Amino acid sequence: MDTLAFEQPIEELEAKIQQLVDQKADDPDAREEVRQLRKELNELIRNTYSNLTSWETVQVSRHKDRPHTIDYLSLVFDDFVELHGDKHFGDDRAMRCGFAKLGDQKVLVVGHQKGRTYQERSKCFFGCAHPEGYRKAMAKMRLAAKYKLPVICLIDTPGAYPGIGAEERGQAQVIAENMFEMSRLETPIICVVIGEGGSGGALGIGVGDRVAMLEFSYYSVISPEGCAGILWKSAEHASKAAEALKFTSKYLRKFGVIDAVIEEPLGGAHRDHHQMASRLKMYLSKTLRELQDSPLTELVEKRYEKFRAMGVYLEDTAV
Amino acid sequence: MSSSEPVAAEAEDLSLPRRKKRGVPEGLWIRCPDCSSAVFRKEAEKRMNVCPECGYHFYLSARQRIEQMLDEGTFEEWDKDLRPSDPLTFKDKKAYADRLVAEQKRTGLVDAAITGKGRVRARPVAVGITDSAFIMGSMGSVVGEKLARLVERATEQDLPLIIISGSGGGARMHEGILSLMQMAKVSAALARYDQAGGLFISVLTNPTMGGVAASFASLGDVVFAEPKALIGFAGPRTIKATIRIELPEGFQTSEFLLEHGYIDRIVPRDRLQTEIARTIDYCGK
Ligand SMILES: [Zn+2]
Repeated sequence: MDTLAFEQPIEELEAKIQQLVDQKADDPDAREEVRQLRKELNELIRNTYSNLTSWETVQVSRHKDRPHTIDYLSLVFDDFVELHGDKHFGDDRAMRCGFAKLGDQKVLVVGHQKGRTYQERSKCFFGCAHPEGYRKAMAKMRLAAKYKLPVICLIDTPGAYPGIGAEERGQAQVIAENMFEMSRLETPIICVVIGEGGSGGALGIGVGDRVAMLEFSYYSVISPEGCAGILWKSAEHASKAAEALKFTSKYLRKFGVIDAVIEEPLGGAHRDHHQMASRLKMYLSKTLRELQDSPLTELVEKRYEKFRAMGVYLEDTAV
Repeated sequence: MSSSEPVAAEAEDLSLPRRKKRGVPEGLWIRCPDCSSAVFRKEAEKRMNVCPECGYHFYLSARQRIEQMLDEGTFEEWDKDLRPSDPLTFKDKKAYADRLVAEQKRTGLVDAAITGKGRVRARPVAVGITDSAFIMGSMGSVVGEKLARLVERATEQDLPLIIISGSGGGARMHEGILSLMQMAKVSAALARYDQAGGLFISVLTNPTMGGVAASFASLGDVVFAEPKALIGFAGPRTIKATIRIELPEGFQTSEFLLEHGYIDRIVPRDRLQTEIARTIDYCGK
């Protein structure tokens, strides 16, 4: 098991506690020590996770045990009915779509899927969708709008796939088309970055009435490695690029790009899938109720204004 | 692996080397990157910066494009006063704030886009141009805001819209997520323009990549491209590094896109006015 460097002290302490529990389960002194150590452990996790650097946050967002779209499909939703295929080219496994129930509410879920085992990961291109994935997502979202089903997008991608086939099949065009159509789609849309929000690949399912991020996810114009390669001339400077890009949930909330940060369980979502899922479910249910209070035309109008207001520039008014 | 991956080397190689480099005076001769001929600069300039030997299209500044495309004296610039700021206080090897000042001095532009209205063969149009010389023509908040206002005014004034893209840099890294959001912002404005029945002619020039290709540039009702332009989502170097095989000859060129169905017409520079006017006559109100 590969441990993130900053998690090493945590795992060492966890191992120590486990050892005590295993060896001296009946010893009252040992039980007291375990209690004490557990307190220390929580403190250590809390300290570590409240002081993560941007680069460490990226590592958490990519953690191999972090819950993925299919985990949330079973933990947050009921009765997921997958809808495959873009009806043009194929069925991109990096993009999952389907009907599901959020409590009593019928919705359409769209989400990037990364895969966990090597075999799954290569089938999913590590969460990098091809044009057929974005086309599939848009087709299912149109279907949802037709029957007034709200759309929930779970974003978790290093970026849209860079390859020959992807270019031949219009990667740039499909991402543009999705933003264009999502901006005026007549049904509520909630987008949540659950792990990696990798540039255009994220935005291709990222235009909604509300956009939220899980606490230790990131959402960026470019990957830290890509940025470092261009501006620092070497991917080794990824941690510097990560700091400079200010792409963690805290910054994005400040820039007005996202509406909410969903707090993760102590020590990150990978430590407690169930708790993370229940927080996500709470956010989605509450937000959906808010959105359903507005007439659809008003919703679309507000969605436009939301994205229209983004950006920071100077303007001399008196000339 | 990013929509904003610039293609620095490619973009620079293909542009007309106007600036002085290491004390070498501006050349009388330039080397055509396509046919390798030595071309007399004056000769190329006479032909709208097109190689007289092979028809390769060299770099043209946004101002030059306005001169070539619009009827003389008809251009009225919009939102000249929008200036870039540095919301991230971004710093790589150089501070973004310093980079902006240097680019403004070098190019004479305030940022990478010029917008306004004018006439093409007497037909009124709203027009936007991104200039690949300014931080690779990348889109930050100013480019996004100028284009969004352009599209909104075109909607209000019921004008055909022409955007000429020259952006190797895609979404501008130095403004982080705010640059990425400009893609959504301009695309949303275009969706409304579309709903109102407006005609959008997108003209792709060398290079149009990343977040610019993946937003407004690909959303034209009619999409034109200059010959042999580099157009695509991911930079060729990123793709090569990902798939580890050589890219096919002519990959991501205008001709490649035409073949795969993503552009309507390849339009040489000297035909642009005619082609725009004709399209407006077919579709415009
Ligand atoms: Zn030539």
